[in-house]
Amino acid sequence: MWSKYKMFLTMVFYSMLRRKTRLFITLLAVAVGATIISGMVTVYREVPAQMSRAFRAYGANLLVLPSGERTEVSDERLKEIRESLSEYEIVGIAPFLYDTMAVNKQPVIVGGTDFEELQKVSPYWQLEGEYPRAGEKEVLLGAEFAQKLGAKKGSSVTMSAGEGKAVQNYTVSGIVRTGGKEEQLAYVPLAQLQRMTGRKGAVSLAQVSVVADGDRLEEAVAKVAAGTRDVTPQLVKQIAHSEGTVLGKLQALVLLVTIVVLVLTLICVTTTMMAVVTERRKEIGLKKALGADNRDVVLEFLGNGCLLGAFGGVAGTGLGYLFAQSVSLHVFGRGIEFSPMIAAFSLVLSIVITGLASLVPVRIATSVDPAIVLRGE
Amino acid sequence: MSLLELKDVSMEYNGKVKALEHINLSVEQGDWVAIMGPSGSGKTTLMNIIGCMDTATGGSVVLDGVDITNASRPELMRIRRDKIGMVFQQFHLIPYLTAVENVMVAQYYHSMPDREEAIAALARVGVAERADHLPSQLSGGEQQRVCIARALINYPVLILADEPTGNLDEANQNLVMQIFRELHDEGHTILTVTHSPEVGAAAERCVVIEHGHMKAQ
Repeated sequence: MWSKYKMFLTMVFYSMLRRKTRLFITLLAVAVGATIISGMVTVYREVPAQMSRAFRAYGANLLVLPSGERTEVSDERLKEIRESLSEYEIVGIAPFLYDTMAVNKQPVIVGGTDFEELQKVSPYWQLEGEYPRAGEKEVLLGAEFAQKLGAKKGSSVTMSAGEGKAVQNYTVSGIVRTGGKEEQLAYVPLAQLQRMTGRKGAVSLAQVSVVADGDRLEEAVAKVAAGTRDVTPQLVKQIAHSEGTVLGKLQALVLLVTIVVLVLTLICVTTTMMAVVTERRKEIGLKKALGADNRDVVLEFLGNGCLLGAFGGVAGTGLGYLFAQSVSLHVFGRGIEFSPMIAAFSLVLSIVITGLASLVPVRIATSVDPAIVLRGE
Repeated sequence: MSLLELKDVSMEYNGKVKALEHINLSVEQGDWVAIMGPSGSGKTTLMNIIGCMDTATGGSVVLDGVDITNASRPELMRIRRDKIGMVFQQFHLIPYLTAVENVMVAQYYHSMPDREEAIAALARVGVAERADHLPSQLSGGEQQRVCIARALINYPVLILADEPTGNLDEANQNLVMQIFRELHDEGHTILTVTHSPEVGAAAERCVVIEHGHMKAQ
């Protein structure tokens, strides 16, 4: 029986290997399809993670507020928040303390924050000048408030926590534009505001930017709620919702392109396989004249198709990963990991597609009349 | 009982074109019969019927005791595989298989491939040393000898040869005819279709067909 299998494999292998031009063209058709499918599936899977990171440029997606009647929490809670989210990729956690102060005798809400974290959480803030340096008497003014004061970068302003409190001179380190309420406020380093207002160690809220979308973000909220005392975490719904919508549409687009490519590959491979059948018509006729039945012909062509699918699938899966890697590096600026699951899926899909694409040509092959070998066609 | 018996065989295409009319032919075991005639005379149609690749629309055909007149396509395939060895004018070797693999293909569809036996068949026609060459590496004469080895490998009761020397030079023609003579001497039954008077003359009996009718026997 072995020699029968061996002969079958000999015919299937050599019908391709000893006809290199045809093999190359067919393999190219399968490999291109497999490359795009494997690449697109990788991109489809990676898009949510990559886009989630990209969305972090649009601000925090999680707000942590004092729970119940509290108006502030201890800044010790920031560590607990970080620990609760240890399994997530945290972009930044920016604490904020808000209090009303007089700047150049004008009442204004002043925010105290960690500017290093703020830049990670809200990279969209447009700054003219510099962020205040820790330990220096520097203040960042919102553009609207700066205009009200007539202050510019480098101007000197007075700051006081209220009537009867000490008045201190500060230098305007920069003016910030956000297109939001932040432009009406002034900002100083957190520790300075805590000192000036006598609220040492207090924080009004924390803005958290974490790489997660949809359900995973909901999970993150639950983890913070469970792992941190005295706080109520809230989703920034506007951001989370927009993220979900854009991601959904993007994934749908990638899926659509993948399906279109799949259909095109099927057509392309079918056409190539039909050309192979036409080219091998005489050979099929000969085999039938020698005693091959339709089952033999079907098995040989399906064997050919599956083998082509396997070869093309292996080449295409490798190239597809490189394609997805290149897309990811160029579009998102980050690489992606090789996924054995996608590789296996792509390989199996290539074999199935080539097998399916062989069905019509195989049907044509079985209809070849053995008498053509006597007609000298 | 004759090995091959054609009685009043006719063949019509689409009920209009009459390719063969009232053909009667009897071939005994060990005979060598040549079928001759001009192009379009019906030789190929007759070969198709005898070679179990088509069925006659009239009359009866019995091969080795089996009535193949109304056989179905699968039945014809089995009879062709088990009883007939074919030699073609254009050799029809599978281009991506070596000489010995081409012989083994016939074994594969018949029963079980056996390399030793295939080599022996090639040795029988004098091309054993070319066993591992592809058809493109063989001369026309060598290719035709491989084709004969393939026709012999399953011990057929009838060797059907379609213009076996049609594509060969004189030296190779002589070589192939010598093999046919030896096969005939060994008792093989051979039916050749040919234009060549030399091939026709080598046969024991010559049948001439013109416009679908048997003219002489």
